[in-house]
Amino acid sequence: MSTRRSLLVLGVALAFGAGTAAAETPHLGKPITDAEIAGWNIDVLPDGSGLPPGSGTPAQGAKVYAEKCSACHGDKGVNPAAGYVPMIGPTKFDRIDTMKTIPYYKYATTLFDVIRRSMPYPMPRTLTSDEVYAVSAYILSLNKIVGDNDVMNAETLPKVKMPNADNFVIWDPGKI
Amino acid sequence: MSLRKRRNGGSPPLEAVAGNGLLDRRALLGRGIMFAGAMGTGVGTSLTGAAAEPLKDDPWSLEMGSVVPAYQVPSRFEKDVIRTRSNPNNEFRNSHARTPHHLLHGTITPNGLHFTISHSGLPDIDPAQHKLVIHGLVKQPLVYTVDSLARYPMVTRMHFVECAGNSAPMFSNEPLQVTCQALHGLSSNAEWTGVLLSTLLEETGIDPKAKWILAEGADSLGLTRSVPVKKALDDAMIALYQNGERIQPGNGYPMRLLLPGYQGNMNVKHVRRLKLLDQPAMTFFESKTYSQILPDGKMWLFHFTMEVKSFITSPSFGHSLQGPGFYEISGIAYSGNGRISKVMVSADGGKSWGQAALQGPVQPKAFTRFRMPWRWDGQPVVLQSRAWDEGGNVQPLRADFVAARGQTDKPVPTPLAFPNQHYNSITSWGIDGKGGIKHVYA
Repeated sequence: MSTRRSLLVLGVALAFGAGTAAAETPHLGKPITDAEIAGWNIDVLPDGSGLPPGSGTPAQGAKVYAEKCSACHGDKGVNPAAGYVPMIGPTKFDRIDTMKTIPYYKYATTLFDVIRRSMPYPMPRTLTSDEVYAVSAYILSLNKIVGDNDVMNAETLPKVKMPNADNFVIWDPGKI
Repeated sequence: MSLRKRRNGGSPPLEAVAGNGLLDRRALLGRGIMFAGAMGTGVGTSLTGAAAEPLKDDPWSLEMGSVVPAYQVPSRFEKDVIRTRSNPNNEFRNSHARTPHHLLHGTITPNGLHFTISHSGLPDIDPAQHKLVIHGLVKQPLVYTVDSLARYPMVTRMHFVECAGNSAPMFSNEPLQVTCQALHGLSSNAEWTGVLLSTLLEETGIDPKAKWILAEGADSLGLTRSVPVKKALDDAMIALYQNGERIQPGNGYPMRLLLPGYQGNMNVKHVRRLKLLDQPAMTFFESKTYSQILPDGKMWLFHFTMEVKSFITSPSFGHSLQGPGFYEISGIAYSGNGRISKVMVSADGGKSWGQAALQGPVQPKAFTRFRMPWRWDGQPVVLQSRAWDEGGNVQPLRADFVAARGQTDKPVPTPLAFPNQHYNSITSWGIDGKGGIKHVYA
């Protein structure tokens, strides 16, 4: 295998008339530091990595939600504007076209990440970390996934048990 | 062979290969002969009977034409060959623009007609400012500019991109009376040119713990998807060019992640960041939108591959047949698994099938045009196509597909709805005795 590959590489090198190393690439990428990437590096993973310092409660989140989310997603998570999804949705997925909202997610970190990176839709990435924790707590409490007094932070959010979490199957593990 | 027969004065072969007038695809090799043959049967339209007006010059033949534009657009007579849009007023929601397959031929989707789905409008990106960062579980995080990537060794490859929600109206329990564009317009095919992602990952180095790559766009949502490193090292590309010119804004300007054969949403547009991870990020789109509910109550995660599919574009809904005689049935086939190996066509709702001619070169994970000569006798028929790929995968019959994946309880009210994703079963066009065409399930 490696011999065949070497021959192939040699063939390519000869074809281009190059006597240089086969794997040569232009190396025009510039080194970049974690500090320089930080402004974009805001993703949050299911195990909680990437969650920022801060915290929020459903009560705090209700205020932020009323001000910055309800116009599209509906007062208290129901009756959204036309074309938008509500924040309270079905918990049973027994039809192939059941609406998928918060209770569908496998991980609560998904909710935090999408609010943090994409919301509010007209002004993305304007919420503080405390506000994102608070709105996440509020939306989870609307769906009875967390209690009305539960505090969401980097410790508690990844531990939230989502009601639909055990119903997923990977389509083809061989692709991963 | 056909030529020799003509020289000998013999009749060309017009052998029927399946019910309701499907002819041997080899007849397409000697097209002129075939037309003569069709006329010889008495069902072709007469070429000699009409009393034509004497020919004279039309106005455009008698004056100098208009200025040649710097960037040309189609004739004004082609004004209806356009994408249909779901959000023409750019309200605060996503936008879809669908490819008019029933008005196109060949395999390349012109750039202006390539489908677009945007979840937050088209960002107005200055290519001089755009950056691509690769970091996470790598040996050396690096940042690239458009200009720097333009100096890299490139590849040019033909590939389709298809939204996982393409053909979703066909989950409806009753067929919607809409065109190919409405049913299948979220799939297009282009020649993409760019830098293989493996080339860039060779420069950053990969930590052996890395199994996933989070890809992020520069749009206002910061749209993200998780992609297996396995795919990144296989045939993933940072594409810069689309059909020879820089990628259209609606398709990812100034660069997009191209993952041949994988669902469109993963081909992150305006890509600005790739972060190598030991786990999938479980982003919004992979957790919710592009996860499929199955009839047994389970849900699929990570259904990446767009499976083998075909549909007849001509004739199809929106067209009508102008009387009995010869027609060429034509359509598109493709598979996210590789090359199309065979397309069969039926004119009797699947009772009998004939093999279609494939327009070469047949390329992997790309549109393949199929053609089938057909002599319509004027009776009602149901046209269908069914594709196979080189991996041995076959496009499922509708009954089998519905048994496995389900359908809605009630008719879907609009073709803009997405009841589910990854529909790849058969499309059927029912033609009545007057040449009218309906979308049917058969």
